[in-house]
Amino acid sequence: MNEEELGTDLKKRIKEVLSGSLHIRHVDTGSCNGCDFEMSTLSNPIYDISRFGVSFVPSPRQADMLMVTGGVTSNLEKALRITYEATPKPKMVLAIGACACGGGVFGETYANAGGIDPFVPVYVYVPGCPPRPQALIQGILLALDQYEEVLKRGE
Amino acid sequence: MDSKRRMIKKIVQQLGNRLIDAKEQANETVLHIDKKDLPEICQYLYQEQGARLFTMVGNDERQINTMFALYYVFVVDEIRHFMTIKIFVEENDPTFPSLAAHMPAFNWYEREVNDLLGLRAIGHPNRIPLIFHGDQMEAVYPLRKDYIETGMLHFENEALHFVEYTGADVTEIPVGPIHAGIIEPGHFRFGAVGDTVLHLDARLFYTHRGIEKELEGKTLEQAMFLIERICCVCNVSHAVAFAQAVETAANVTIPRRAAYIRTLYMELERLYNHVGDVGNICAGYGFAVGNSQGARMRELLLRLNEELTGHRYLRGVIALGGVRQDIRKDEIDRITNHLNELDTDFQDLADILLNHEIAVDRMETTGRLSLKQVTELEAVGVAARASGRDIDCRRDLPYAAYDQLNFAVIVQEEGDVLARIKVRILEVFNSILLIRQILQDLPEGDIVTDIPKIQPYKTSLGWTESARGENCHWLMVDQDNKIYRYRIRSAAYSNWPVVAVAVPGNIVPDFPLINKSFELCYSCCDR
Repeated sequence: MNEEELGTDLKKRIKEVLSGSLHIRHVDTGSCNGCDFEMSTLSNPIYDISRFGVSFVPSPRQADMLMVTGGVTSNLEKALRITYEATPKPKMVLAIGACACGGGVFGETYANAGGIDPFVPVYVYVPGCPPRPQALIQGILLALDQYEEVLKRGE
Repeated sequence: MDSKRRMIKKIVQQLGNRLIDAKEQANETVLHIDKKDLPEICQYLYQEQGARLFTMVGNDERQINTMFALYYVFVVDEIRHFMTIKIFVEENDPTFPSLAAHMPAFNWYEREVNDLLGLRAIGHPNRIPLIFHGDQMEAVYPLRKDYIETGMLHFENEALHFVEYTGADVTEIPVGPIHAGIIEPGHFRFGAVGDTVLHLDARLFYTHRGIEKELEGKTLEQAMFLIERICCVCNVSHAVAFAQAVETAANVTIPRRAAYIRTLYMELERLYNHVGDVGNICAGYGFAVGNSQGARMRELLLRLNEELTGHRYLRGVIALGGVRQDIRKDEIDRITNHLNELDTDFQDLADILLNHEIAVDRMETTGRLSLKQVTELEAVGVAARASGRDIDCRRDLPYAAYDQLNFAVIVQEEGDVLARIKVRILEVFNSILLIRQILQDLPEGDIVTDIPKIQPYKTSLGWTESARGENCHWLMVDQDNKIYRYRIRSAAYSNWPVVAVAVPGNIVPDFPLINKSFELCYSCCDR
């Protein structure tokens, strides 16, 4: 699907699940900047993801969702934990890119844990090196399905 | 080449009987000296011979010759030659004389060697760990060959080593490591009086992943995948630097067509970076038109990359011995058409930016760096050229097809944000001209050649001029043709220290603008 079709779906689902707006906080836990670039790409005039109800927010306290890039380095482990704790419940976490999903080409080293799931519960793994902008939107859509279930169960 | 021989001879003579051993290889002279003579000889090269620091590498060579080795690689642009000073450091006395007090550009290199190899620079003015942020329970030195991997090191208690401000009027403002925008992590601490920055501390290396250690023991083919992932937006320049280090060590010349196509990919990389960065600088002062237009043009360039290579950031295009992907005739037309559109499109943006009174006012005199500052700290790339430091290794140390192409090196004198944006704008047009030449002159032939086995423990260098400046890679392979030691010195590593110098004296709200005007990668620097 292209970004326009995906965007139409996204707008519809954000309306159904979150009354029209999804607030996302980005956390870089040691990425190579590729996933970060593709995330910021979503805000450029071609995708302009804000027209579908998505906004990237400066603080985790305002966020419904964390999009985490990178495989968690020694120096950022604490920052990831603090950011996760600061995000209000219920919260969605997306592992963005190969490194966040499972360590990517680096795996576990003395300074890199090799993935985010030992530290925070993950809703959706979005693979790719980096994932294309369309894949990021697809990942958000999958997370919304799970989130809807969580809300129904009243967790 | 006479002047080159004469100069090398002169330097060797100057060393006299302090020279233990001299070795010539490719375009490098390796001079082995005793560590006690290091400060004097480096100062001689640096201050009297006009050599500039290219990289410094620490290596655990105890398995080869029972000692640690340090390599100080200097380049003499005038003769296009590297002069490397090599010293040995014994295991039972893991110290060496510090050069940082007199030559501040050595500051980070010496601290990094301490953190990762446990070799201490005696007399270093700053002993704060560079790479690790936590208080380590016991010293661990991952780059020592006898280091036993036990998984990731966990740092619970982070020591905060920052300059303390005691004056009642000084406000401390901590920022990061997680920033408000979608950018990489780094921690900045301002000491501000009113809204004027008095002092800036930057703590980086948050994204240190231990790539150099992870590369050890990998085959050269495997290593390429990791090297392309040092940094996404500089990946072609890193990949080419690595490939060139391998090709130099193996004494291989790549086919001409491959050299041209490499140059094409490197310029396409520079193009989307510079176009996007010009837009990002506009975000630094809330100039939405510039920001949106830059982001739009960058996206179109990323889509062009994907059409050509299957990857929006051109990953996977460089092979050892050449390139993986050829360019077809219809693709040449596709690129030409795109560049024609970009040319006028980007000119429009540049006209708006450089003629807008408020925009120019925000950029002019902001974040100024003098030629003396960039030279002392060995800044490279756009940051150096915007302050009048006339270096560009595409011209000074030509590689790939750059010696076949005509281009000007853009230099500005003012050293402010405006000068840095002007350098980028002019380099965009430069890149367009370069790509047109490449496509016009593209030679026929093979695109890749075989790489024979490399002589064990021979060292070699590879370098490229990325969008941010000079990247330098240092390679040593073992007996099995696997990586023994790899050192990556990126443009960002050389340039981050000048950011901290550019900010004081400016107002706090100008920090994002100044920072964006350098547009340095954290991942390139941290590795």
